[in-house]
Amino acid sequence: MSEMNMVQAINSALDVMLDRDENVLVFGEDVGYFGGVFRTSDGLQEKHGAHRVFDTPLSEGGIAAIAFGMGLNGLRPVCEIQFADYIFPAYDQIVNEIAKLRHRSGGEFWTPVTIRTPAGGGIRGGHHHSQSPESQFTHTPGLKVVYASTPYNAKGLLISAIESEDPVVVFEPKRCYRGPFYGDPHNVPTWADHPDADVPEGHYTIPIGQARLAKEGDECTIVSWGTMVHVCEKAIEMSGASCDLIDLQSLVPWDRDAIVESVSKTGRCIIVHEAPKTSGFGAEMAASIQERCFWGLEAPIRRVTGWDTPFPHTTEWDYMPSPSRIAEAIRETVEA
Amino acid sequence: MTDDKSIHVPDAPFRPGEKASFGKWDYAPGDLEKPDPEACSSDDTRAHAEGLIRVLGDDDSRSGAWDPDIDDGILLEGLEHMVRLRIFDERMMKMQRTGKLSFYMRSLGEEAIAIAQTMALQNQDWVFPTYRQPGAQFVRGRDMVSMICHCIGNVEDNVKGRQMPVHYTYRDGRYISVSSPVGTQFSQAVGVAMASAYKQLDEVTITWIGDGASAEGDYHYALNFASVYRAPVILNVVNNQWAISTHANLASGSSTFADRGLAYDVPSLRVDGNDFLALYSTTQWARQRASTGKGATHIEVLTYRAGAHSSSDDPSRYRPSDESSAWPGGDPIDRLKRHLISVGSWSDEKQEALEARIDGEVMQAYKEAVKYGDLAEGPYPSSDTIFTEVYSEVPWHLREQWDEMNRLRGD
Repeated sequence: MSEMNMVQAINSALDVMLDRDENVLVFGEDVGYFGGVFRTSDGLQEKHGAHRVFDTPLSEGGIAAIAFGMGLNGLRPVCEIQFADYIFPAYDQIVNEIAKLRHRSGGEFWTPVTIRTPAGGGIRGGHHHSQSPESQFTHTPGLKVVYASTPYNAKGLLISAIESEDPVVVFEPKRCYRGPFYGDPHNVPTWADHPDADVPEGHYTIPIGQARLAKEGDECTIVSWGTMVHVCEKAIEMSGASCDLIDLQSLVPWDRDAIVESVSKTGRCIIVHEAPKTSGFGAEMAASIQERCFWGLEAPIRRVTGWDTPFPHTTEWDYMPSPSRIAEAIRETVEA
Repeated sequence: MTDDKSIHVPDAPFRPGEKASFGKWDYAPGDLEKPDPEACSSDDTRAHAEGLIRVLGDDDSRSGAWDPDIDDGILLEGLEHMVRLRIFDERMMKMQRTGKLSFYMRSLGEEAIAIAQTMALQNQDWVFPTYRQPGAQFVRGRDMVSMICHCIGNVEDNVKGRQMPVHYTYRDGRYISVSSPVGTQFSQAVGVAMASAYKQLDEVTITWIGDGASAEGDYHYALNFASVYRAPVILNVVNNQWAISTHANLASGSSTFADRGLAYDVPSLRVDGNDFLALYSTTQWARQRASTGKGATHIEVLTYRAGAHSSSDDPSRYRPSDESSAWPGGDPIDRLKRHLISVGSWSDEKQEALEARIDGEVMQAYKEAVKYGDLAEGPYPSSDTIFTEVYSEVPWHLREQWDEMNRLRGD
């Protein structure tokens, strides 16, 4: 084990998989020589060669399309879309092509593409460097979708994604690359001494579809993913309530059983995500949870989310769900 | 090492620790003739797409068929705009480093492009820029205080703190809002131009895209639509060699960027992007084609990104730190200044006085702008601006969320 921040953990996952499987290729904009604008592929081209870790033209549609072709022809392409906000030129290739190949070809062809993309806000990135578009992919049959929150799960989920026979979109919360974020931009810790920064150097996986119980309690279930997991941790502390905090980790497929079990115990549930509320993944979860837990619910299922607006630049702290906003929702739900 | 039979991945010509050497340009002013803009076919520009249009020679004189018919007054105006942009950029970078801005992008080494090209247009023409053409705003008369307020995202920012710095919007100058996703404006500009054609107005649209972004689909959509509909648009590829760390070698396998336009049957030129006169002249030529119904012109603007991509970038990791000094195009401000001095219209003393005056003006504008707030200390635009102008009117679900935010703020 060694202490890693999320960037180092992702780098380690790529390195481990490049070592283990000669069919793994890593590519994207600024990914090769430079090692990625966030440094996630730092040193990998030098170690594994420019034919395995390389720069691409600035063409997200092209990147996804060549990944489709490589995966079809026996490779395991791991491509990076530099910001999730820039994934949309690739959307047709991902949604209509990569996601549907296995089904449309009657199972004769498939393409095990991994698409990594930094997402989420909190870096003063404005509306084009802050979005969290996970539900635009969870709504696409044929794709698996995971969302990391710590160095430990970033590495384990990425290795699972690369080894998956299905295409996987891996969201990485860029706000948490170098430290967890508890909702206070003036107090920014690093990952040093955090238990989830203790990362095995070698191969391990976190199964896709498995949630993580980040904190245990009995009054309310809080479900979240990405940066918001840490913000929820702070909010629970502020609320004084005893809560299960479930880090979803995988959105498709999601660990419904774990959440139903928790909500059956607490009778209360709040779903927290950065993405806008309307058609956010919280809506899907709230509907599914009430189908199974309705008679045991003590309060309505709440959602605390980003507003249904573009992500702002200067006023981003009034956009992202804050610990106090989540804490208020917890108190109201627990007292209901 | 890469096996020859494996994937071929092009590298940059020079990497850190190596000595950059580009040699001299193969083309001198006068080498390329100037076709009749109203009669010329794309094939007539084959030499121009493979070569390099220059006007300012190595001896600082202006010559050749592309020398535009403009007097030194216009050149002095261009020089002042360029000096202003460089000093403005330096001040903004200092603000970024002291936490008064979140981010910044300079135009260092590329100042001539948007300034000369916009000066060669008419005021009714539309400017559809990337983040590397802020200089067009000086040509169109934008006040520096307003520009700085945007970069800060303070209460006087005309886009209300919604965009990252340098993503200007200036409707009065027909300078269309900058978007971060690279390349999108290139094909949109064709639509702006088609609307002008539909309205039968003498309006031309100019747009730019980087060498890197020319790998996006939008570049190809633009050329195709512009060719099919003969849109009155000027499509510039600013080949500044670098897209963050990605060298232009990765963007295209073609010998020049300009020659790709020929395949779309769009007349295509390649111009020295650090030569103010050549930029002015080629743009004037393209405007004449557009405004007489002859359609689009595609221009590769050959230059060098002398600064970092942005305040978040560290080019010393991927290119020699002195690579820009080896660039055969030199510095656009220095070249125009030397030319004006050589013809007796300018002097080093006047240049110094100009720089001192503009430095004072920029400082004055900066002091006024921060009165309206800076990023470190505020005040910031009201968070009400999160909810306004999402739609033409505020729908009920946003109204509810807006009320909730106000309640949380204690309003």
